[in-house]
Amino acid sequence: MSVTTSDRLPKGRPLSLKLGRDDLLMRGFILMIALYLIITLALPLYAMLSKAFSTFRFDLSQIELQVSDQEGNFDGTILSAATLNDETGAIGADSMAASSDSRLELTPLFPDFSFRSPVRYKIRGTTADTAYLIGSERITGTEWKEMDSNTFRRVVLRPAQSFGFSNFTTYFSTPSLFRSIENSLFISIVSTIVTVSLAFAFAYALSRSCMRFKGVFRLIAMAPILVPSLLPGIALVYLFGNQGMLKGMMMGESIYGPYGILIGSVFFTFPHALIIITTALAISDARLYEAAIALRASRWKTFWTVTIPGARYGLISAAFVVFNLVITDFGLPKVIGGQYNMLAVDIYKQVIGQQNFEMGAVVSVVLLMPAFIAFAVDRQVQKKQVALLSARSVVFEPKPHKSFDRLCFLYCTLVAVFIIGILGVCQFAALIKFWPYDLSLSLKNYNFDVMDGGGWEAYGNSIKLAILTAIFGTIVVFTGAYMVDKTRGFKSGRNIFQLLAMLPMAIPGMVLGLAYIFFFNDPDNPLNFLYGTMAILVIVTITHFYTVSHLTAVTALKQMDGEFESVAASLKQPFYKLFARVTVPVCMPAILDIGIYLFVNAMTTVSAVVFLYSTDTALASIAVLNMDDAGDIAPAAAMGMMIFYTNAAARILHLAASKGILKRTQAWRLR
Amino acid sequence: MRTKTALENEADESRPQDAYLRIDHLWKAFGEFIALKDISLSISEGEFVCFLGPSGCGKTTLLRAIAGLDLQSRGSVEQAGKDISNLPPAERDFGIVFQSYALFPNLTIEKNVAFGLENSGMARPAIKARVAELLDLVGLPEQGKKYPAQLSGGQQQRIALARAIAMSPGLLLLDEPLSALDAKVRVHLRHEVKALQRKLGITTIMVTHDQEEALSMADRIVVMNHGVIEQIGTPTDIYREPTTLFVADFIGEMNKLEATSEGPGQVTIGNREFKSANHDFATGAAVIAAVRPEDIIPHGSVAEEPIAEPDNAFSCQIKEMEFLGSFWRTRLQGAALGDTELIADFSINAVRRLDLSADRDIVIEIPSRRLKVFAAVDDKE
Amino acid sequence: MIQFKKLALTAIAGLFVANSVMAAELTVYTAVEAEDLKRYAEEFNKSHPDIKINWVRDSTGIITAKLLAEKNNPQADVIWGLAATSLLLMKSEGMLEPYAPKGVENLDKKFVDKSNPPTWTGMDAWVAAVCFNTIEGEKLGLKAPTSWKDLTKPEYKGHVIMPNPASSGTGFLDVSSWLQMFGEEGGWEYMDGLHENIARYTHSGSAPCKLAASGEIPIGISFAFRGAKSKADGAPIEIIVPEEGVGWDMEATAIVAGTANLDAAKTLVDWTITKEANVMYNTGYAVVAYPGVAKPVKFFPENLTEKMIDNDFEFAANNRNAILAEWQKRYDSKSEPKS
Repeated sequence: MSVTTSDRLPKGRPLSLKLGRDDLLMRGFILMIALYLIITLALPLYAMLSKAFSTFRFDLSQIELQVSDQEGNFDGTILSAATLNDETGAIGADSMAASSDSRLELTPLFPDFSFRSPVRYKIRGTTADTAYLIGSERITGTEWKEMDSNTFRRVVLRPAQSFGFSNFTTYFSTPSLFRSIENSLFISIVSTIVTVSLAFAFAYALSRSCMRFKGVFRLIAMAPILVPSLLPGIALVYLFGNQGMLKGMMMGESIYGPYGILIGSVFFTFPHALIIITTALAISDARLYEAAIALRASRWKTFWTVTIPGARYGLISAAFVVFNLVITDFGLPKVIGGQYNMLAVDIYKQVIGQQNFEMGAVVSVVLLMPAFIAFAVDRQVQKKQVALLSARSVVFEPKPHKSFDRLCFLYCTLVAVFIIGILGVCQFAALIKFWPYDLSLSLKNYNFDVMDGGGWEAYGNSIKLAILTAIFGTIVVFTGAYMVDKTRGFKSGRNIFQLLAMLPMAIPGMVLGLAYIFFFNDPDNPLNFLYGTMAILVIVTITHFYTVSHLTAVTALKQMDGEFESVAASLKQPFYKLFARVTVPVCMPAILDIGIYLFVNAMTTVSAVVFLYSTDTALASIAVLNMDDAGDIAPAAAMGMMIFYTNAAARILHLAASKGILKRTQAWRLR
Repeated sequence: MRTKTALENEADESRPQDAYLRIDHLWKAFGEFIALKDISLSISEGEFVCFLGPSGCGKTTLLRAIAGLDLQSRGSVEQAGKDISNLPPAERDFGIVFQSYALFPNLTIEKNVAFGLENSGMARPAIKARVAELLDLVGLPEQGKKYPAQLSGGQQQRIALARAIAMSPGLLLLDEPLSALDAKVRVHLRHEVKALQRKLGITTIMVTHDQEEALSMADRIVVMNHGVIEQIGTPTDIYREPTTLFVADFIGEMNKLEATSEGPGQVTIGNREFKSANHDFATGAAVIAAVRPEDIIPHGSVAEEPIAEPDNAFSCQIKEMEFLGSFWRTRLQGAALGDTELIADFSINAVRRLDLSADRDIVIEIPSRRLKVFAAVDDKE
Repeated sequence: MIQFKKLALTAIAGLFVANSVMAAELTVYTAVEAEDLKRYAEEFNKSHPDIKINWVRDSTGIITAKLLAEKNNPQADVIWGLAATSLLLMKSEGMLEPYAPKGVENLDKKFVDKSNPPTWTGMDAWVAAVCFNTIEGEKLGLKAPTSWKDLTKPEYKGHVIMPNPASSGTGFLDVSSWLQMFGEEGGWEYMDGLHENIARYTHSGSAPCKLAASGEIPIGISFAFRGAKSKADGAPIEIIVPEEGVGWDMEATAIVAGTANLDAAKTLVDWTITKEANVMYNTGYAVVAYPGVAKPVKFFPENLTEKMIDNDFEFAANNRNAILAEWQKRYDSKSEPKS
């Protein structure tokens, strides 16, 4: 019945908000942190991508030659090397594509060339900056240079830089590199299936049985998160290597290769999968089980019709997280992979071994693909899972069932023995004087200072890095999450920020580290001074682990009343007062969680920092890698266990601190 | 039938120069969706106004635009003679209370109330005194040291109110403040809020979807639907003289009867002609005739008292009776109305006096002034 | 009194001079082991207290990568202690300043760049060798190999480990020496045979010897210095110098072209080839550039110097890319265990 003048918005400019001091401040903060992410993430990635397309080719058209007769007299005919090659076809087109340190000899252009012949040669470049080498002597310019045939033999061309896809062509036509894709996918898929199955069974036992020692089992299952991913590799060497304690169990197969990577991957990804699946099982609705019992469905049938569908998002999410962890992991395949090439190790080999940055960038791009897909799928699934979480359901309370509980207990014990076994072997190996010849106990392997790798200083550096990362990371992440969640208007800015904040999870650490070299080590970059400092390690670690921290912060912030800011504004109070007096105290548990997450990861991370540490900033996790690399396996195990104890101590401290702070600041939670 | 502009004019004229808050041709669009269409409204100082309407009608959007929390797309807002159209909330002068209370959970009641007073130039003892005064005002003088979670919902909402008025704002905005409370507390708090508002004389806007709340608390009610104002008026106006079918239907119970206009003051319902309230529909136009159940007067089978308007009386049968505590709700059917059923509410007295019961035939009278005529629009309302 | 004044003046002047000279700071890139660096700087500063050295140290691969990455804006003034093959790469990029240090004629010719003036000068050599675990050898009934060719014998199948030339400098010097000793064709043929016996290729050059020392794999192709260290640590190994000759690479020194501190850099490089510097190198390396300085290092094989091949660094540097490509094609892709 309402009759209105029009249903269309009248023409005219939309009102624009007069920005208050708070708005400006908050937008400023968003821009600052977005800028931080652009500098530490977007720009390095761009630098890496452009490196992948930076190619090297030999350019024969830049070289001109003259050939004398048998007496050494020149008739003045100038030959272009390119024309010569077209005639003779001596150098194929695929030999023209090169990497920066490729060299091309010119003698094939002359089929009748002999270094003993008296024929003399003249050579020059066509442009002032054409360069060629006689031996390792670098000659530039357009001056004719005359030489005998024995010297001409030593003339080689350097490739010229250009842009194109040829790096990718080379990559996909190099079987040893290409094979890595297959290997990486194979290992990742198999470990995903194994880990998710094992973790599901474990989580099922924890949440659906009435077995004893659940808390102990949960604690043990979380232990692998506290060690670098390469530590299980070291343990496996001691267990199943050629001098291994349980070598017989390998039945002649080598642990160096897919078996080692698989077992190690299961070890280090287990807790990650367990956390996700436990959450998924915890939200299952008990009413469904009651209904199943009322319908007299068998336990087996209930499992397949209620449990599995209820946990499906958790399972999918866990699968993709594990897949991503395995395919991007570098430490483990490096230690135990033997000749079994994996993508992440290829990046390292290309960059550190061969200084072939371009190919390293290409492998990085290849590695980005599966990681990106896994990440995208996981995000979608997580969203759905959240929808399930918010539904009101009744918590399931398991009822005792003797044989089932015993079975669960047995299974969990097996898993726990595996985990403790791996850690125990490392500790044991660290204390043995000279495995396997001198089994007396000694602390000599802790004398890190005489090993290559950085010594005790590296351990100190790691702790410094972990503390700095935890402090600055938490501040940056939480502030960023707050601003993006609470700023009014400014939609485009906030959207860009959200995207940037989600990106790091899809970027493998190796790729990030490599991108940092390209970006920060560029002499023209004003931020070049950061290169080789502790600061860049802190930055890369914060960026690498940004997403999970950000999500933790956002979740905590979303649980707060959305009207606090409106109330504070109506009370004429600046947002920072609200932030300091209310937001931070209320979110303190989440803030501490972010802190410990960053700390533990900074202690264990290898992939992101391996390209970036310097002599003064060697890290414990890198020391483990390097000592193992140099064959000092026992000290590597010792250092690995130091990381474990440090993280365990940090965890305990975190627990105590959380309790203490909760008691003080969250008195309001107690009724 | 009035056009929108007439409505505005009336609204504007009814509160001429002394408007404290003036909203002028305000629009709000969320992408393609128009949430508020050309809203104009004036509110005088000290007035208690309710925005009433179903969910999604735009009432909260309008409130948030007034507060500056969600900027309108077009139009202006003027408060105390000052154009505040695009000021951020912190530069406007209002206090606000939300349905969720939005009390800071980690601060004590005292600190919650004092939050706005700190660094406003007030000395510490003065703040303390003001907080005590406010807590007294909302009837919770002893609770200052407690945390919000230790109070009941009603108590928390009172604290939120105390916090909102702590800085003596010129305008108090209440966004469904009582909706989260249980029925008894809600009714009790209605009176308290109203009394407090009177005592302080603070201009207040309350958003609600509860008509009872609006009718009992407001000086004026703004009924909104689909982003437009349907009617502005005092609670009795709105109830007794709805100007649109939507208002008639939304507030209180209403019999809606298909009818045909028979010229001024005349309609045909079913096969019978009735006198109705004034209307200006052309003869033969399809209309809706509406009467509230409690306006229908029962006369029993034997006429014991004179029928005021015999033309509007007819006999029908009681099909069903339902006891609703303070009155009886009956469903009536009469030959005069054809198949259409009529709902009428009779007082307990009347039922006893006339000895009414199901299946009995009675004579009922529809007072012509209470028989409203609206256009028969086939829209969603 | 006058005497005293003079003295004081000189002292003050000296202070000033020292101060102004002390301002010379050199950024020196190196791959020398960290524990040696402090000693190197101390020794140098004994005679040249006016030049301060700022070390940037990392493994050979990383330092090389870093230098190449900084090609257009070099951060280093001097490279002191990096593989000659890496320096040759820099040289062909025009990154090194040609300079004949004072007394360069005293050095063994092998250790000086052939260009005139030379762009780099050698310090010491690290030489390939084979580490053989006697205990494990006995257990497995293996005789100690005496030549490279021995290693291709079927009885050693799965008992030999060597560094991957693509990621290890030591691995590459082995491969390049085989190609030089056995000729291109013979070299690849030899590696085809060796590949059959290789248990796996490691990333680092020292790992094979350490793995041999711990008995993980009885025979490790590594370098002599590492073997001597392991043996000194009590490992049951023998260090074998194959009779055909052994490949080697040297640690060398060069000035980075475009350095702002050319004079100080020259002073440092002059010192790095002195006798006392070579004596200093000798504590870790048995073979040094200055003839007659070397004293035997404990457990270091005695006949090693004679067995060092006449290494053609130019060949190694210019063909490095092609050799590695061929190597990877032959062994990297098909060397995985069947799975």
